[in-house]
Amino acid sequence: MGYGREIWHALWITWKDLMELRRSKVRMAMTVLMPLIMMTMISFIYPSSENILNAIPIAIVNSDKGPQGSYLLAGLDAINAQTNWLTFKHASNVSEATDMILRGEALGAIVVPENFTSALTTHLYTANITILTDNSNPQISQMISQVLTQVIDVMSKAQASVDVYAYAQQVHVNPVALITPYSADSQGVVSGGGSYIEFMIPGLLMMTMIMSLMTGLPRAIAYERDVGTLSGFLVAPISRASIIAGKVLGRVVQGLIQGVASLVLAIVLFGITIHGDITWVLLTLFLGVFSFVGLGIVLTSVAEDETTAGMIMMTLTMPMMFMSGVFFPIQMMPDFMQTIAHCLPFTYAVDAIRRVMIFGVAITEISTDIAILVGFGAVMLLISIPMFNRAMTQ
Amino acid sequence: MSSTIITEDLTKVFRGNIRAVDGVSFEVKTGEIFGLLGPNGAGKSTLIRMLCTLTRPTSGRAQVAGFDVVQDANEVRKHIGLVAEKMIMYNHLTAYENLRLFGKLHDVPGETLDKRIGELLDLVGMSRWRNTRVSDFSTGMRQKINVIRGLIHMPELLFLDEPTLGLDPKSSLEIRELTAKLNEEQGVTMILTTHYLDEADMLSKRVGIIDHGKIVALGTPVELKRRVSNSAAVVLQLNISNLTANLLSKVQSLECVSRVLTEDSTELKIHANGEEAVDTIIDAVRSAGGRISSIKNLEPTLEDVFISTTGREVEDKLVREAPQLPRRWRRGF
Repeated sequence: MGYGREIWHALWITWKDLMELRRSKVRMAMTVLMPLIMMTMISFIYPSSENILNAIPIAIVNSDKGPQGSYLLAGLDAINAQTNWLTFKHASNVSEATDMILRGEALGAIVVPENFTSALTTHLYTANITILTDNSNPQISQMISQVLTQVIDVMSKAQASVDVYAYAQQVHVNPVALITPYSADSQGVVSGGGSYIEFMIPGLLMMTMIMSLMTGLPRAIAYERDVGTLSGFLVAPISRASIIAGKVLGRVVQGLIQGVASLVLAIVLFGITIHGDITWVLLTLFLGVFSFVGLGIVLTSVAEDETTAGMIMMTLTMPMMFMSGVFFPIQMMPDFMQTIAHCLPFTYAVDAIRRVMIFGVAITEISTDIAILVGFGAVMLLISIPMFNRAMTQ
Repeated sequence: MSSTIITEDLTKVFRGNIRAVDGVSFEVKTGEIFGLLGPNGAGKSTLIRMLCTLTRPTSGRAQVAGFDVVQDANEVRKHIGLVAEKMIMYNHLTAYENLRLFGKLHDVPGETLDKRIGELLDLVGMSRWRNTRVSDFSTGMRQKINVIRGLIHMPELLFLDEPTLGLDPKSSLEIRELTAKLNEEQGVTMILTTHYLDEADMLSKRVGIIDHGKIVALGTPVELKRRVSNSAAVVLQLNISNLTANLLSKVQSLECVSRVLTEDSTELKIHANGEEAVDTIIDAVRSAGGRISSIKNLEPTLEDVFISTTGREVEDKLVREAPQLPRRWRRGF
């Protein structure tokens, strides 16, 4: 007869859990809201310059004695008119500009030196434009100085090509090639993408599904034990494995609902494209979830009541989330953190799903990840079943 | 007459060497309602958990419905139903869905199950609430569903743990009637634990009193009460029209008096021992100037049996310093 009865019983327990979810409007709403809030939040914490630089006030100091300074600022104005990232405010000298920054009226300043026209006409030295930034706001400062440096660099090169052109005409060379003899151009190994959201979505998806199991399972069972309903399952003539399997399946389905919701949101709201085969994506997600079933059951057996379960989960999942490369690339961490990250199986789950989703690689390319996940999952499962049985009959 | 439960020297020792159940040997006869009484922390819950296969005995043996609770736990589970103090049901599910879930887990075949659910709902007069969610029910209605849920697979033995705790008088009465009816008409053997000794007296064929993990009294309610009245113990109800604190302390200080309860401003309930106890008490009251307006020699109740065997009353407030038990032990059901 095999395991037919056990599976049948497990499915009834899963049915019960899912009915409870379906009947509770709040739980249902939260299931979908959680990934939405998570993703919206993250996309704002790690913004791109497009959506953060919006009419940032910048003080302008033109100390130039000649006309070139005004030409430069007019050019800057014209460029800014297209993006409207900045709003220019006039200041008569450097100290006034500094005061404006200190008072918070400007977030940065551009200072054109008094020898600007002279430098441009004599070609004997380089004029130095100073960019002042607000040190109390490092993120914005960095962004402003990057943008302004680049813009001024481009304008400087344009000016150079005009000047060089006059000389270059006699020797028949391309003035741009003379000024910029070589340049670099980077592109990803697959087309498109490269945004932070795209880096993060696969890991977030894996995290959502695994967390749904890891935090949900111990809490659900501890809760049923606290309110006494677990006894109803325990005195029924069913295998203990059916109880835990039913509960696990219930959580996996909930995780899948959240996962699919996240994916749809990612595609609709953030324009993500999946390069990999959707079947492989799902299989990889299930593999990730499978590898954590055992650990989830171990924690369930250890958690004495719902509060304890919640505390254990918080303690374990926080470092897991932040150290496994979901939000920050592991390569950016200090050495010892990298070592720890490489000891966490979750890291491999995130790595696997990211490769499958972004690169669309064949399963053989992630065989190391798969081996580690299957191994970890199997070992934990073997440890967990007797632990669970013992916890259920004290 | 055969026995549904047989235990031999059944013992459970928890961490810290606490003997929650200490060498208990008793039998529950097939078809009877067996009342299991005892103060809090006496070992009732642990004993029942072992019989339900929820807790593994440290030593000794227990056979339920002919099967060993350790070796054949799953067989035992097929033959028992549990109505625990904490209700086993899911608020988001309807009455029918709750009953069906547990029927399915007990492998009750489909058609039989639907028929059985219908019969059980009829039995408690709740057929019209079949498709209503349990969360909309009153506590009394929920308890009815909880009781019939324990019967969904027609168990031979039903554990009823505090079935009327927290219910209003009408619902309590209905549950008691249901219990008696199930026992008489369907022949379900039952183990009943309760704090209400009248309830135990009314329903139980036999009663066992457990204290400090041991069964200290076992017999029919009548036998147990006779044991109290045959002994030299007496229970007097005394009405003294001019009762004073001084008089009260005088009575309390008498050697033959074991316990004095003041029922109201004039009435005393006195537990005393010895052949001349009644004489001594009356003399003492009168010599102190007390006017006895009435005197009654009370028939012992199960409560008196309980007090004389455990030295405690059933109500929590009067239980002396309950020992600090490990959390797992107190969890109950």
